[in-house]
Amino acid sequence: MAELKATRPAQTEPVQLPTWPDEVYRVLKEADVRQVGMVPDAGHSRLIRAFEADPETRVVTLTTEEEGVAMLAGAWLGGQRGVLLLQSSGVGNCINMLSLPVICRMPLLMLVTMRGDWGEFNPWQVPMGQGTKPSLEAIGVTVTRADEPHLVASTVSGAAHLAFNTWRPTAVLIGQRVLGAKNFKELARK
Amino acid sequence: MNVPNALLHRRDVVTELLRDRRDLLVIAGLGAPNWDISAAGDSPNSFPLWGAMGAASMMGFGLAAAQPKRRVLVITGDGEMLMNLGSLATIAVERPANLTIAVLDNERFGETGMQKTHTAAGVDLAGIATAAGFRTSRIVRTMAEVSEIRDLAHGGDGPVFAQIKINPEALPFVMPPADGVILTTRFRQAVLGDSALFN
Repeated sequence: MAELKATRPAQTEPVQLPTWPDEVYRVLKEADVRQVGMVPDAGHSRLIRAFEADPETRVVTLTTEEEGVAMLAGAWLGGQRGVLLLQSSGVGNCINMLSLPVICRMPLLMLVTMRGDWGEFNPWQVPMGQGTKPSLEAIGVTVTRADEPHLVASTVSGAAHLAFNTWRPTAVLIGQRVLGAKNFKELARK
Repeated sequence: MNVPNALLHRRDVVTELLRDRRDLLVIAGLGAPNWDISAAGDSPNSFPLWGAMGAASMMGFGLAAAQPKRRVLVITGDGEMLMNLGSLATIAVERPANLTIAVLDNERFGETGMQKTHTAAGVDLAGIATAAGFRTSRIVRTMAEVSEIRDLAHGGDGPVFAQIKINPEALPFVMPPADGVILTTRFRQAVLGDSALFN
């Protein structure tokens, strides 16, 4: 029951705001991230707001996630570092474009909020959610995963170091256990 | 395609776009635009794509955003541009003043047997860029107009989009280095200096 309670929308009861997005923001600032490409996800909303308030960072809303892979390849050619914020469904849109940072050995840091795994209610999210890690690894992206809020920032830090120090694409999968699974059936009853 | 002899020749177009290029940075889409910029003279300030179809426009944008004092010219094909039309919306919203996208439009998928693309049926890429909000967007049919795009790319206010109608001719391949690490490293060294060689 505790888990179900945690899935209720924020406006119905006071919810303690997660602190991990703030820690991730600090990690990404330390990594000198200047370009943020994103297709929005609720799980990234706090981090997106932090970057939007930051005049040193350019936040670019994309029409589809693979635009961000290409954008950050261009940024790297021009000497800037970036991060791509996306949902697991968007990973599928990126696969061929990821051949660019893979074959050019460019750093790429992808922060992927997961759907289609722990606690998922929507069956349509499951195929890509379950395919996210194997498809990223198949194209040559190094994948790490965080399923506890207190481990997100350190996992992102490790992936950022790997990406920007060894020049290769990395992805951090942020599990639904961290984000709180949506339950639209429960929302529909409100 | 009724009067192909009246259409521009792609290598003449690219030679003019790159005339006196100085420190212009160039991204070329995969396929013939890659061979075209190489035929005009390989340069460490050029990044010719060999894959990642659909990447050219957004790569140009990311580069233009990272290097706001440099001029960035994307030269790509109609098939490559059609694969990522959404990027025209993204770039129009971001309004990079130093970015020009020149599409060499032969109305064909040239590398795969000259099959028709949507521009052969009249899809108006320049109109799409205009509707998205590009500062300047034109269909180009003469070398005089190509020269205007060249000047805009080198010093005008962007973002600029040009859909340049060209002859669907198949020309000899002129290839730049194919290895992605070599292309990336030499470009970064040219733009950023020797510090770019160190992790």
